[in-house]
Amino acid sequence: MRPFDYHRPDTAEAALNDASDGTAFIGGGTNLLDLMKLEVMTPDRLVDVNHLGLNRIEETDDGIEIGATVRNSDLADDARIRRRWPVLSRALLAGASPQLRNTATTAGNLLQRTRCPYFQDIDAACNKRDPGSGCAAVGGELRNHAVLGTSEHCIALHPSDMAVAMRALDAEVVIRGSGGSTRTTGLPDFYRLPGETPHIETTLEPGELITAIRLPAPPGDRQAYRKVRERASYAFALVSTAAVLRMENGKIASAALAFGGVGTQPWRDAEVDTLLRDERPSNALFDKAGEVLMRNAELREGLEFKKPLAQRVLKAVLTEVTR
Amino acid sequence: MQTTLTVNGTRHQLDLDPRVTLLDALRDHLCLTGSKKGCDHGQCGACTVIADGRRINACLTLAVMHDGAELVTVEGLADGESLSPLQQAFLDHDGMQCGYCTPGQLCSATAMLEEVRAGRASHVTGELEGEMRLTREEITERMSGNLCRCACYSGIVAAIEEAATK
Amino acid sequence: MTLDYQIDGPENDDLAKPSQDGVIGADMERRDGRSKVTGAARYAAEHLPEGLLHGFLKRAPGLGAVRIENAEEVRAMPGVKLVLRDARMIRNAAQGTAGEAPVQGVETADYVGQPVALVVAESFETAWHAANRLKVSCNGASLPVLPENGEADDDMQEESVTGEPEAAFAEAEVLVDETYTTPALTSAAMEPHAAVAEWDGDHITLHASLQMLRYNRDELADSLGIASDKVRLRAPFVGGGFGSKLGISAECVAAALAARELGKPVRVVQHRRQVFEVNTRRTETRQRIRLAAGQDGKLTGIGHEARLSNLPGEAFAEPVLQGSYFTYAAPHRLLRSELVRLNRPAAGSVRAPGEAVGVTAFEVAMDELAQKTGLDPVELRLRNLPETDPVSDTPFSSHRLADCLTRGRDSFGWQDRPTQPRQHREGEWWIGTGMAAAVRVNMVMDAEAQVRLTPEGRAVVETDMTDIGTGSYSILGQIAAEGLGLAVQDVDVTLGDTDLPPGSGSGGSVGAASTGTAVWLACEEIRRHIAGLMGCDASDLTLVDGFAICGNSRRSLVELLAGEAVSGRGKLEPGEALEKVRQATWGAVFSEVAVNDITGEVRVRRMHGTFAVGRVLNQRTARSQAQGGMAWGLGLALTENMTHDRRDGHIVNRDLAEYHVPVHADVPHLDVQLLEDADPWAGPLAAKGIGELGICGSGSAILNAIHHACGVRVRDLPATPDRLLAGLT
Repeated sequence: MRPFDYHRPDTAEAALNDASDGTAFIGGGTNLLDLMKLEVMTPDRLVDVNHLGLNRIEETDDGIEIGATVRNSDLADDARIRRRWPVLSRALLAGASPQLRNTATTAGNLLQRTRCPYFQDIDAACNKRDPGSGCAAVGGELRNHAVLGTSEHCIALHPSDMAVAMRALDAEVVIRGSGGSTRTTGLPDFYRLPGETPHIETTLEPGELITAIRLPAPPGDRQAYRKVRERASYAFALVSTAAVLRMENGKIASAALAFGGVGTQPWRDAEVDTLLRDERPSNALFDKAGEVLMRNAELREGLEFKKPLAQRVLKAVLTEVTR
Repeated sequence: MQTTLTVNGTRHQLDLDPRVTLLDALRDHLCLTGSKKGCDHGQCGACTVIADGRRINACLTLAVMHDGAELVTVEGLADGESLSPLQQAFLDHDGMQCGYCTPGQLCSATAMLEEVRAGRASHVTGELEGEMRLTREEITERMSGNLCRCACYSGIVAAIEEAATK
Repeated sequence: MTLDYQIDGPENDDLAKPSQDGVIGADMERRDGRSKVTGAARYAAEHLPEGLLHGFLKRAPGLGAVRIENAEEVRAMPGVKLVLRDARMIRNAAQGTAGEAPVQGVETADYVGQPVALVVAESFETAWHAANRLKVSCNGASLPVLPENGEADDDMQEESVTGEPEAAFAEAEVLVDETYTTPALTSAAMEPHAAVAEWDGDHITLHASLQMLRYNRDELADSLGIASDKVRLRAPFVGGGFGSKLGISAECVAAALAARELGKPVRVVQHRRQVFEVNTRRTETRQRIRLAAGQDGKLTGIGHEARLSNLPGEAFAEPVLQGSYFTYAAPHRLLRSELVRLNRPAAGSVRAPGEAVGVTAFEVAMDELAQKTGLDPVELRLRNLPETDPVSDTPFSSHRLADCLTRGRDSFGWQDRPTQPRQHREGEWWIGTGMAAAVRVNMVMDAEAQVRLTPEGRAVVETDMTDIGTGSYSILGQIAAEGLGLAVQDVDVTLGDTDLPPGSGSGGSVGAASTGTAVWLACEEIRRHIAGLMGCDASDLTLVDGFAICGNSRRSLVELLAGEAVSGRGKLEPGEALEKVRQATWGAVFSEVAVNDITGEVRVRRMHGTFAVGRVLNQRTARSQAQGGMAWGLGLALTENMTHDRRDGHIVNRDLAEYHVPVHADVPHLDVQLLEDADPWAGPLAAKGIGELGICGSGSAILNAIHHACGVRVRDLPATPDRLLAGLT
């Protein structure tokens, strides 16, 4: 690790005042320290945000607000989350290991960096790590890479499980700026596609701090998260699907589908949701949803399997939640 | 940086480079080498310790972030010469070969049994709400953050099953 | 006094034999278990001498001539003590039993990831960061990294032809002709390779994580250019090896050189990513297997042709054909392997080199033959068992494959199995069962051990033998306890120190039988001495409960020794036995799997292994060894795959998040049955190896069960979900 200053403020204001160029906020650190050891990330200051009182889960009007430093295990275990947003509990429990979930935070999980092996290898070219250096993944060995939302500059996959469920649940990120201002943004505006600037992954500005994630009332009571991986536990997703549906009179009244293991960000496609709405569940409908989801997929060598696998999982999940 | 760690009931005052991980503080600075470094990246679980009641990977956290924390490592599981039920069960069922993952398995299992008692669900739990039953499937899922390359999994699970009843 | 013994035949009448119900073979707690469950056991990196400095290896980012641009600048960083580049640094780990330095030098990178420098600093954090700061460039030499581009090495080919195999294939009533591939694999022992070097004058003590100290000592001495008697290695606890610690690796030499130069102890621990690159991997293989048979399933021809690879300069070729010489009878046989030279990290022994992948592919082919002939897979194998070694016609020392097959079948519950695949479904899951035979050649190696009987009547076993999780501490203590009529708690066992007599080391499943026999011989030497004190023949002497009994005379050892210690030394050498007989260990593995029809995920629901491995020395530790091997078979079949970049050969997934070692949730309870098998050709203990047999076939039992479950035949390992999808509904 590059040497850094370590600060442990006890208010959000102090934390923001502490932040300057080259500062990283550290919550759990399970991803940040991993990458700092490899010197993929090299902040010169760490501001510890674990003592800012951001570790509470509080009900709002009809939704819930989750503090930025709530641990993944505590979020999965929260009785309200288990009852009304079970897809989130399920996604969390499908990720990482109990030890990591006990440490990793909600905001940190949203900001999790890619597992692309070329990104993690400081000897390899990577536009995300070192803008303009090229992309060693293209033409290399592909497995845990994206097929949706890619650009010629970057095909890195967003690895989170939690964020996939958050995406289906229309989560909003509460962000505090240095002037004390607070803004809220939905995940569609929070995450950026790589395009020509894959090193800029979110719309979070330098010096801004995520203080909470807000979930509105769940858009559906039929929820499921399904993940396929290469071993039975403790592995990143080959593909995953989060589904939040509401049924009325045998028809799908609303559908929110989100996908992991396929996109450069936790993936959601409005056309998939729209296609399903007001329709009666059927195999033909679900097959169509899979076609729409993958219509723009870039199936590079080694990633061809992602299309049929994601489609099969989507169909199975839809079958399950519409039953 | 001045940091106070209470490990297995003993208070230690350390002056640390902020880069020192909790694991390296234990192993290299306090000479408590029971906690193991297998990967240094949270990918094997050999470094599992119990920090303020929760099992964590000591390699992926900084020692300075645990100022004032109460830690339990493998060296603190036994009561003097008397082994904990889990430690004894690991011997009875040969839940180890090379022994390098063993401290992590033991700390992890110790905390895991508490999590089950507290009603925490796992990936394989059928219903998120309600009483947790410690089936074999539940044990293996909940212990999957601890790799064992000797693959003593059968012995480890048998040991946990036995200790859970005590 | 040393008792020398060679195993030349089945007669050992002048040596005592273990009793049937003695402490040898008992189901006993692991002797070193308590220190492992309390955290007291100290592994190499946990030796922390005063003034310890920390070294971190720097890797080559490419191939070809290596240039370091900023060594001076890095050396000047606060806390940095040394940037070491020395022609004696080694390129990669030594091969097992090499006993000499591997290829040395840091001027050229022969594979990406090769160590090219060591940075030493006052703290681990500073050393690692300084190593990261070091700017290394390579000239980008274009070297072959893909097997199809590698040039075959004429000196590394193997060929054996019996009869007229091509004619047998051409005329076969039933022919299986398929090609199987296995990926590069890694040992991934949980303890990363580590060394702490301390010099005292011109003597070095190295605390290291190594499997075979007698060879490692010579390897380190040769690398440093000093005499072996200046080198002391200590490895009382080793956190797993599986072949990757057979030979010394880069950290040993680098730590020794740096400690010498700085005059202070230096520790070098390989980072997990380096563990993947610097130490020997298992080669990827391509195996064409042809089985010619009659409709009755009787084999008429066997063909097994393999392509392997290794780095130039490495004299190791995975002996992938090893099991195909003797497992099944057939009049015509073609066995051939070629090795191509690639600039990938060096290949070497990984648990059960040869059979692990060779038997696995072959046993899938046998399943394909069972399918084609409509025969039950167990019955097909039983029909093809040879009476004698099919190639050399030498007898088997003990042949228990039929017993393993039938008793394993009965224990597993194979009877009601549907003949055809895709017959049983539970929800989304196809359920099926599969089996495979397991074979592994058996070897012994040179081994010495000393046993001291103290005046207090306690015994101390001493050898440089290692316990890498295999149970050496336990079984060597049991052997000495039985040999001298003592309780196991009255025996101390000291291992892992080259100041002690050279044991066999741990590798190739030879440790228990070889070093164990040496301990038994040392006890025999003591027995003879005591018999002399008692005035009787050793053959008439009984040692029990701390007493010596000869006829009517019964005296306590303490009284008999009268204040003097007695010491015996045993020395075992491989004799002519293995020229006279074919010796192997045998097994049969059965599994039940579930294959998800939607996702292609495979879950192993049940697994059973029946094994015959000579006399079992400790039921508990032996069972663990067998289970470990079976779980490795599971990883080989389902999850493990080390990927090399197609452009420069570097290992892409070089961490434990992306190289998938099976986790708890992957592994069902592994049921093990060990058959009585006292092989008379295995010396007085009649013990053979067990550490590797479990992996030799287990993977195919799973792959065959996958086929039975869902009808998909996976020939390219591992059977990950994407490889099953196409064949599912």
